Amino acid sequence: MQENKPDNEILELDVLTEIGNIGAGNATTALSQLINARIDMNVPNVAMLAFDELAEIIGGAETLVAGILLSLEGDVDGMMLFVLESAAAHMLVNQLMGCGQPPTPAVGGFNEIEESALKEIGNIIAGSYLSSISSLTNMLITSSVPYLAVDMAGAILSVPAIEFGKMGDKALLIESRFKDMDIDISGYFILIPTIESYKLMLNSLGM
Amino acid sequence: MIKVGMADLNICHSPDAITTLGLGSCVGIALYDKTTQIAGLAHIMLPDSTKVRQNQNRAKFADTGIDMLIQLLVKEGARKQALTAKIAGGAQMFAFSSNNDMLRVGQRNVEAVKAKLGSLGIRILAEDTGLNFGRTVEFYPETGDFVIKAVGKEVRTI
Repeated sequence: MQENKPDNEILELDVLTEIGNIGAGNATTALSQLINARIDMNVPNVAMLAFDELAEIIGGAETLVAGILLSLEGDVDGMMLFVLESAAAHMLVNQLMGCGQPPTPAVGGFNEIEESALKEIGNIIAGSYLSSISSLTNMLITSSVPYLAVDMAGAILSVPAIEFGKMGDKALLIESRFKDMDIDISGYFILIPTIESYKLMLNSLGM
Repeated sequence: MIKVGMADLNICHSPDAITTLGLGSCVGIALYDKTTQIAGLAHIMLPDSTKVRQNQNRAKFADTGIDMLIQLLVKEGARKQALTAKIAGGAQMFAFSSNNDMLRVGQRNVEAVKAKLGSLGIRILAEDTGLNFGRTVEFYPETGDFVIKAVGKEVRTI
């Protein structure tokens, strides 16, 4: 429902959708190569949300989630976060690690190998979105190594929310849905450029 | 239980209690007037409203948020001179090694909150801040208890 949104917000959502779709295509390819099997990734939803809405989307501020954070380097400064519910993260890791177990939603924390796998998955997905942004804006964007935190959604989301808090009160969200024969889960990609970088990106996109 | 969201604040009278969830790098500030059994809780995200151009939401910042909370408390009948504080949060959620300001915001939030409360002469009776995990807090004006919950840890009352 776009009727009540200001024009610039509609434009930004269109751009996000494009970034999301191209990124999802890249990620599908990369993830499928990683596991030598087909996993589909698509983008059911993009949005600009207020901070408290961010946590609700993921199940509430106290929901246990895994968050993979990377800082941005190159022509664009800022950070990006890939976050998903802990149970979904377990399923994704099990599926992608192919440990032969059926990917049931486990509870609790992750062991060292699972943490590495999560970071690598986050790295691949973030890299996929970054290359789609790079090609759309013609800007060079690279990322740091991935950092992982497993904690309450509100606490993890406070990190990008604070960064967005300097720009206004809304954050950019791209929902990523992973689907294959065994799993159907969603993760959320949040891109947080600095104010200056955001302006640069919008300029490059002719906005 | 009265709920306070991110960049938000509110007050409650005993026997009600007030809570905010998922404090990461944000800081939860509980201000309490024991004599009137009124408490206020603010969930601030950034240290300094003067450093940010988009600063209309005053509850978002340590400096303006604390002022706003005190105004609200006094309006509800609390005595400014009787106010004491308990604070929690300001964690570093991700293990960055760099000293980049963006990544140290938890610590900067705690410093800004302490500086502001100090400048107002409001004593901090207890704190559970820093480290690297998220916290949910509840304040009970009936007892003055500040209850801190974190994933995989025992509940703490300070």
